[in-house]
Amino acid sequence: MDSAGEVLNDGKITLEGFTVAARAFADKWKRHNLSFPSWSWVPLINRTLLKKEECYLSLEKIIILSSLEGSAEEESLGVTADWWEKEESIDHTVLVQNVEDEAHYYDYHIVYSASYMVPMLYFRGYSSDGKPLSLDVIKRDLPSSSVSLLLESKWTFITQEEHPYLNRPWFKLHPCGTEEWIKLLSESSSSDGCQMPVELYLVSWFSVVGQVVGLRTPLEMLI
Amino acid sequence: MAANEEEAVKYVWEGAIPLQIHLHKSEVASHPPPPPALVLAPRIGYLPLLVHLIKPYFKDSLPPGEDSIWFDYKGLPLKWYIPTGVLFDLLCAEPERPWNLTIHFRGYPSNVLIPCEGEDSIKWNFVNSLKEAAYIINGNCKNVMNMSQSDQEDLWTSVMNGDLDAYTRLSPKIKMENIEDEFSRKASVSSPQSRQGGTEIDVAGQVKTARVPVRLYVRSVSKDFENLEDVPEMDTWDEISYLNRPVEFLRKEGSNFIILKMRCTVLMIFTWLYGKCFTLRDAIESLLPEYIRDRAQTSGEEGEQRTTDASDVSQETRGELKLVRIQGIEMKLEIPFSWVVNNLMNPEFYLHVSVLVKEPQR
Repeated sequence: MDSAGEVLNDGKITLEGFTVAARAFADKWKRHNLSFPSWSWVPLINRTLLKKEECYLSLEKIIILSSLEGSAEEESLGVTADWWEKEESIDHTVLVQNVEDEAHYYDYHIVYSASYMVPMLYFRGYSSDGKPLSLDVIKRDLPSSSVSLLLESKWTFITQEEHPYLNRPWFKLHPCGTEEWIKLLSESSSSDGCQMPVELYLVSWFSVVGQVVGLRTPLEMLI
Repeated sequence: MAANEEEAVKYVWEGAIPLQIHLHKSEVASHPPPPPALVLAPRIGYLPLLVHLIKPYFKDSLPPGEDSIWFDYKGLPLKWYIPTGVLFDLLCAEPERPWNLTIHFRGYPSNVLIPCEGEDSIKWNFVNSLKEAAYIINGNCKNVMNMSQSDQEDLWTSVMNGDLDAYTRLSPKIKMENIEDEFSRKASVSSPQSRQGGTEIDVAGQVKTARVPVRLYVRSVSKDFENLEDVPEMDTWDEISYLNRPVEFLRKEGSNFIILKMRCTVLMIFTWLYGKCFTLRDAIESLLPEYIRDRAQTSGEEGEQRTTDASDVSQETRGELKLVRIQGIEMKLEIPFSWVVNNLMNPEFYLHVSVLVKEPQR
């Protein structure tokens, strides 16, 4: 299995490795994260120019409730509860019917960066009528820890850029330093000094990155 | 810097496109409507940087309100972060001079274009691309991060103003590793300031892997065409495949070669090689192997057959490279890739390549 792709020594990963890791990630997510919709592997079938099976992982139409306590204009940095905890105990379909106007929808794509040789998270938010949400509105849906990081550096954390394949503006988590903390994760988790198995690369990566956008990785996935 | 390298860099920096900019008719609030603005746009620059030259032509005609400026070409909103020269090479199969563009001061299409907040956005985009290029070449972007704020500012200003002298003085501070130019190495005195690329030297020191920042813009047409003016117009950006992916190649040390240099209006250099040289064709094929027709089949040679990944695919199902443009030059594909990169790249160390392909018949 490992020969299909490798995690490089410096925390980076090859395209082949990403493909293997992504499938493993999607599988584990499906098995251990039953309250959530599953990730799908989207091949770029229209893009006939791409040489290999260029794909990205997609998780779409995740509902985040906007703050129910106050109006939309309120500065709700601290008010919004950890939404994912609420998510787990509530039936989704009931939510949508009751609070359709308040619901924010999010799409997440995990795309491989050939330049940085690491995965990158793209996401966007939109309301029920499909209108895109601005970064100010999205900030209110993020965990408060992410928001303070955003406040500190406007240009280097979450940025609005064009989706590499879809020709639309999306938000992207900046990949700077990714390979460094992956390397740290890999070193600290292996007792015998072995390389992180490629199947766990995306799981480990997402356990950190997902938290920024409020998506939790169940611990069982990390085994 | 070697003499021919200097010439090429000057050519790149001095390249400019004459623009004829029309105010969108929905925004004309004066009678008679204002005539179009005539502006010479640097190829390595970006359209929003020209606004201060354009706005005076139209400010009396604009309806009241705040500006949110964007451009379109025949209805296609233009991505402001793509250098002007690249947009021109890509969207105008048959070069249009002057290039007729429409400017809008209202109604920014934010569902399609990322926002542009003036010079800051463009500078940020430039520095970000420089960091990404550094990552590809050096393996990390410490060189850019370690630059002082004022050096970064000065570098950006030199690009914004098209000041090659200032840029040349500052670029050693970027500390970008070199791609050894296979071609110039033998031909000229080695220069300490030869430009970018990144190499990893393996233990034997004989074979080097280079990673080169390339942005490939591919337009495909379904039918063959006689003239470039017959190429259909683009309606959406979905018709372009954009590949932001480094070219990787192994280079062997110690290849001997004889050089024949031909002087033409554009700088074209033709090389005979003793050993194999990694050409522009090789570079593009490595990014688009499905699309390149087997050369031996077109020329009828049996000799040095080039095999591609899809060598078992019959000729009818292969696509064909019709046109490759870099800095407005229609490139001969046999030119050594390292020469192309070192001489024709943009100031952020990216090589932008516009390609027109004919789709494979299915």
